[in-house]
Formats: sequence, C-alpha cells, structure tokens
Amino acid sequence: MSALASRSRRQFLKVSAVAGGGMMIALRLGHVSEAHAADDTKANAWVTVRADGSVVLTCHRNEMGQDVHTSMAMLLAEELGVDPRKVTVVQAGVDPIYVNKMLGGQLTGGSTSVRDAWEPLRQAGASARTMLVGAAAEEWKVGAGDCRVEDGYVVCGSKRAAYGSLAAAAAKQPVPKDVKLKDATQFTVIGKPLPRLDGADKARGKTVFGLDVKQPGMLYAALIPCPVIGGKVASFDAAGADKRKGVRKVVDIGEGVAVIADHYWIARTAAEGLAIKWDEGAGAKVDTAAIFAVLDRAKDRPGFIAKKAGDVGANPGASAISATYSCQMLSHATLEPQNCTARVGRDGVDVWASTQFPQGAQGAAAAAAGVKPEQVRIHPQFIGGGFGRRLENDFIVQSVAIAKAMPGVPVKLVWTRPEDMGHDFYRPPSLHLMSGAVADGKLVAFSSKMVSPSVTARAFPPVVKDGNDPFMTEGLSNLTYEIPNLELRTVIEEVGVRVGYWRSVSHALNAFAVESFIDELAAAAKQDPVAFRMAMLEKMPRQKAVLQRAVQASGYSASPGSGKAFGVAAMECYDTHIAVICEVSGGGDRVKLERITVAADCGLAVHPDQAVAQLEGGVVTGLIQALRSKITLKAGRVEQTNFHDFQLPRMNDVPPVRVELMQSGGKPGGIGEVGVPLVAPAVANAVFALTGKRIRTTPLEDGGVKFA
Amino acid sequence: MASLLLNGKTVQVDASPDTPLLWVLRDHLGMTGTKFGCGASLCGACTVHVDGQPTRSCVTPLSAVAGKKVTSIEGVQGKVASAVQAAWDRNQVVQCGYCQSGQVMAATALLTATPRPSDAQIEDAMKGNLCRCGTYGRIRAAIRDAANNLEGKA
Repeated sequence: MSALASRSRRQFLKVSAVAGGGMMIALRLGHVSEAHAADDTKANAWVTVRADGSVVLTCHRNEMGQDVHTSMAMLLAEELGVDPRKVTVVQAGVDPIYVNKMLGGQLTGGSTSVRDAWEPLRQAGASARTMLVGAAAEEWKVGAGDCRVEDGYVVCGSKRAAYGSLAAAAAKQPVPKDVKLKDATQFTVIGKPLPRLDGADKARGKTVFGLDVKQPGMLYAALIPCPVIGGKVASFDAAGADKRKGVRKVVDIGEGVAVIADHYWIARTAAEGLAIKWDEGAGAKVDTAAIFAVLDRAKDRPGFIAKKAGDVGANPGASAISATYSCQMLSHATLEPQNCTARVGRDGVDVWASTQFPQGAQGAAAAAAGVKPEQVRIHPQFIGGGFGRRLENDFIVQSVAIAKAMPGVPVKLVWTRPEDMGHDFYRPPSLHLMSGAVADGKLVAFSSKMVSPSVTARAFPPVVKDGNDPFMTEGLSNLTYEIPNLELRTVIEEVGVRVGYWRSVSHALNAFAVESFIDELAAAAKQDPVAFRMAMLEKMPRQKAVLQRAVQASGYSASPGSGKAFGVAAMECYDTHIAVICEVSGGGDRVKLERITVAADCGLAVHPDQAVAQLEGGVVTGLIQALRSKITLKAGRVEQTNFHDFQLPRMNDVPPVRVELMQSGGKPGGIGEVGVPLVAPAVANAVFALTGKRIRTTPLEDGGVKFA
Repeated sequence: MASLLLNGKTVQVDASPDTPLLWVLRDHLGMTGTKFGCGASLCGACTVHVDGQPTRSCVTPLSAVAGKKVTSIEGVQGKVASAVQAAWDRNQVVQCGYCQSGQVMAATALLTATPRPSDAQIEDAMKGNLCRCGTYGRIRAAIRDAANNLEGKA
C-alpha cells in the first residue's frame, strides 16, 4: 500500500510558544525553504498544550466512522501522559506536512492512518512530555529523571505542576533529538477500553457533518446533472424556474444545470422544472453486457505478473480444473449524499466538505475557481460514510463552479440520492480466469488472471507503470499460501465507466475468486477446505493461527448434518491476518445466514473495541457485495436509483457477527477495510457446502439462491 | 407563515406547505440533527416523532403536521430516550454516526410502545433504518440493554 508514496521526506518536530502561555508542537519537513519555514508553525500545528492545561490534537486524518479521532488521541495521550478523554480533536486543513507517508498524499484511506501515525505521533507526545518535564526540573532544580508525569501533571516528591503552567517554559526547552517510546508492557492507554470521543454527540444528533455546515448568508443549490456520466448540457430553458420566488440564479456548469435559491427545497423543486437538452457523449453507448464483453475480449492478454513461482504449465499427472468468476459493479452509497458548501470571494475560496482527500480537494477547487491552490481553504467536516467515495472531488468542483456565480456568498450544493447513485465512481467490474491442478490431495498449480478497469490509471496515473496498477494486485501479491507452481496476473482493460476505490479495493475482487476457487480445488482434491488450506500455511504461523481460531470459535464442521453448512475463507490484507467462517442453513435455493465468525490478528490494536467494531461493520460491507446489491448500466444510465433497487443489508439481513481479535504483538496492522473481502467467498463456500451449487458471480443472488 | 408544534414549542415557519418537514427542520430552523439520506422513506435517517409515532420527515409535507406534536432528535427527552442514548453510549454503537439520529428516534419510539420487544419486534421496528457502517449488532444489543434498564428502573 505504499503505492502512491513517491518520495519520503524526513519530518522533524518544531516547538514554539503560543500566545497566552501555551506550547505548540508542529511538524516540519526536512527540505522546506527557510522562507516557508519561518512562518509555518501556525499552519502545521499538530499538538498544542494550552496555558489552561487543555490539549488539542489537530488531526490530519478524516473521521468517517473508522475511529481515527479517538485512536489518534490515544497514541498522543499515551506518550504525553494525559487522559485521552481530555484531548480535544480538531480537524486539520491542508498542508504538505500532513501527507500520509504510506500513500504520498494528504488522504485518508488504505487502512493506513494508525500505521502511518504510530511512531511520529507518539514521538510528538513523548517530545512534549520530555520538554514539560525539563521545564519543571529546571524550575525545581531537580534532575529530570527524578520527575514523573501523572495525567497532565509533572510530579517530583511533594512538588506538582500542571502541564498548562509549564507550557510556556517548556516551549523554550531544547527539542529532544531522540525520545524513547514506551514498551507495550508499559501502555496505560493503548489497548485499553475507552469510549469514542465522538460517540456521545453522534447519538444525540450534535455532530456537524458536511451536509450540516452553516455559514452566514448561505444559499442552497440543487443540480440536474446529465443522466449519462461525462455528458454535457447542449442547451436549456429555465422554463420560469428563474422567476420563482426564492430562486436567485440558474447556472449552467457544463455537466449540468444548477438552481441557487434561498432554501434547498425551493432550489430542488425549481431544478426539476428545467428543460435541458443533453449532449450525452460516448458514455451513452455503455451497458452492462457490453462491459463484460469488453473484459472477456481482453482475457488472453498477458497483463502484469503480480506473483509467480515454478511453472504452472508443467504438472503431468495432476488433475486440472478451470473456472471463470465475475463481480458486478457497486456504488459506495454513503448515507450522507455528496454535498459541498463553497464560497468564492476576492480573498480566496473556502470549501466545507466531507472529504477523505483534502489535498486533492484543494487542487480541484483551485482549478474550478481559477485560483492558486494556496488561495483555497479546505475545511474538512465529519464524514457521513466514506468507503472511498470521498477520495473523489467531483462534487467539490461542481460546488465551486456554482458558487462562482454568486461571488462572496457561501452556497451549499446537495445531491439527491438518485443523483448520488447515478454519478458515483463505481467499484470496478471484474472477470477472473482461474485454473489449478491437484495431485495426491495437494494443490500443485494455481493461476489467476484478473481483468478489470484500473481506478489508479484514472485517479493517480503516474502510479501505474508497465501495466501494473498496484491496487489491482492486492490479495494476489500478498497471497499467503505456499504453492509450488503459481502465477497471478492482472490485466487492465477500460470499459468506459469511471471506477473508484471501494472499501478494501481489489482485495475483495481477488479474494472472491481466489478463496472460492481454492474451495473448488479442495473439493477436487477430496480434502476438507480447512485442512487443504492449513497444509499450505506451514510457513505462515499468524495466518494459520487465525484460521485455527476461526474454526474453534465458529464450531466449524465439514459435515454438520443436513440443512446446515459452513464456508471458510482466509487471507492477509493491510498487514493483518484474517479468517472468516460463515454458517448457513436451509436448502434448495433458500439460504439463511446463521452466523459469521471473524478471527483477525492485527498485531497490536490501539483501540480494541473499535477494531472489533470495524471488523463487525466490515462484514456488513462485505454482505453488500455478497448478497444482492449491484450497479448495472443501460444506454449509459445507471439503472439503480435508490435503496429499493440498490438494496443495502438491513438489520434483518445481518446474522450475528462474532469477532475474535488476536494480537500477536509488534506494530498495528490495518483494520478499517480488513473485515470486507472474505465475506463473499465465505458465504459462497457455505452455499456450496449446503447446496452443492457453486456460484461464481457476485452478488450471489445472481447465481440462483435467495438469502432469507 | 405556518406554525409548527416542535419539541414542545410553537414555531413560525415561512415555507410552502409542500416543503418536507426534513427541510423545514434543517434549512428553515437550522436544526441539522435530522439527516437527509434518500428522500423517499427508504433509509430512516430523517426519522422524527409525529404525535409519538416514528415518521419519515423527508416525505412528510409541512401541511401534514399542522396541529400535531413534532419531536426531533434535538428535543427528544424523557426516560425512554435517555435510556436509549445511555445504552448507545455503553454499547459504543456509533461509527460514522450519520444514521444514528434516526436510529435513536426509531428505537425510542419502539421502546415507548413496546417496553420488552422480542428480537422479531426489534427487527420489524428497525429494518427501515439503514446503517451503512453496519452497526446493526450493537444497535440490537443497545435496544435490549435499554429495555433491561428501563424495566429495572420501573
């Protein structure tokens, strides 16, 4: 996942005094010019200890439910020596210093936030603590080693001073070059129970999401976009919409026509009355059957080799099978529809939005407004569901283009649900060509070829080199099984639909094909699916351990009796090992999900309860793919419009989910996306065990079963 | 001007009678705790109480609530709502949180009408409220927890 990281730049801490007696810990890049360095501390704030003792963390990653605010506060609090509940988290704007070093941009994704911040944020806390202790020791004329810290106080014998009272003096202390971080056995915050810092507000409707932003004098905009993505307005007739009471302006932004009004409902109803003629463009020819025909025609291309061992062609005497798998497209369907509030003024541009990619938002907004990026202020908000959708900036560009028509006035653009579903960056459709051979009950050859459009080729083109989109090889290049003859390939084939990163990205596409087909090979080898996998994991003790734990916790049995069955799947992703077992009941074409068991070893969990929550939620996201959701196109139009025809799992669709969180030690692995990819293959394998029907497409209901 | 009985107070609103209650709350009154998700009564994010009944404000025109008591997440109170929100805290239900105003309103209405709901009754009352993050297991646990607490206090 370091795919987007183009260069690593050394960062170091800079500490300065703040007005009123506090200290501010900022980050500096090693190579910034002195001119920039002179005044960078305000922009680069990371940790502030105020004179009143309060601690502020300027969080450089965005909160979309994955618990990044609380997890980050815990990393800081552990080394700073404060109660994490007393840390105030504010959301950072855009600055090069906030770049995610694992991804090479200021963005939140790839299950990287905690992994990226694990050392530097604890170092920032430890440095601040060292300086606070140094200030106290100097004042008390004692050795720093004779002092200790206690929840926001430095203590030495009977002397006791609050951090706030020491902060001004601490800011003048030398910044320590090397701080020793605590050993895991000394942790008092990391790994311990703690309520989410944002939890109480969210249960009381108090949290401000992008959609909830209020600005003085704010107007509202509704947009009618071209029904075909990529199409343009040919001509339009305002048809009296501009004369309606409360309507301020009707604006043609090229990809659609917007109505700006005093209130959203006026804008929305007025927009519905516009008469627009479209130039639909090439996209109008695209439909789902054509998409899969295009993928199928590309299946003989060699593509990129993600992993190889031995020679898959040379296995005389082995019994060979092959199969083709496919996955339909999916929408992100964040519950908060895309929206953005923008103000384009003489003093620059302000953008308030739910975004996972503030840096990209800044560049996109600047281009739309015709200003320099540094003239754009991004104000990232709490995100009502990200899942990768808010790595895109299309709605920000639209919002700025609309707001340009009302200089100096903040305008909030709100999409409808049909607009959101019809104008997504969809999870790519995929084909997988699988073949394998077994001999003496063992897998001797395995090959997989994924054919799919590339998200990265559109979003970050320089990252794709020699036909390799490193996000397409996820789940392949890190395959855990030891197989003597192996060949895993990816073929990039564009299909005329814009595609996007969808929680767990290609892990889910590859895992469905790989883990289902491994099950087919187990059956061909006449082996139990668990034993068949275990035999290939002798050199992967962590992977073996999660599979064993899932087997124990689920009550797995290869033959649990009639009307019941289990399906298993396992993999490594985001530096975390995971196994999922699904228990089903029923028969014929009716299948009931009884229970899903997850065992995951993420090394070290910073906030265990929320790591569990991410795995629980990840399973539900996995069920979106597994059960019945799909996006299809006809004449360039997405056929699904709302939650009646893009059916997200509801409470009655989701069985009990049991999570076994294992921590074998070391550094934290990723967690936000880990629960997703194995659900579809585990369910498909359970369906096979129950009914004998092997379904090779998602959603699985397309394969002739119905989930109760 | 229309008048609205909201959270125990009468408020005046300058909105056309066809304006959905959701947008009256959010835009005209600045009460953004009630969320917009689908605009078609399919997700439950906009759930409020009208005369105590869970109601989708995105498809309820202002004219339909004349003379009725409207309660939004900002005004919901009493022992059941408090027990629900406390249970949400104890069970650490929320993730992104966007659906949770609607979930809390739906759960409060459920436990007001049915203090000891069966699993089937919980599903029936809550299946109209989507949670895209997938917090259903914890929502279910929190509703049971709140019911237990309310019974203990009764």
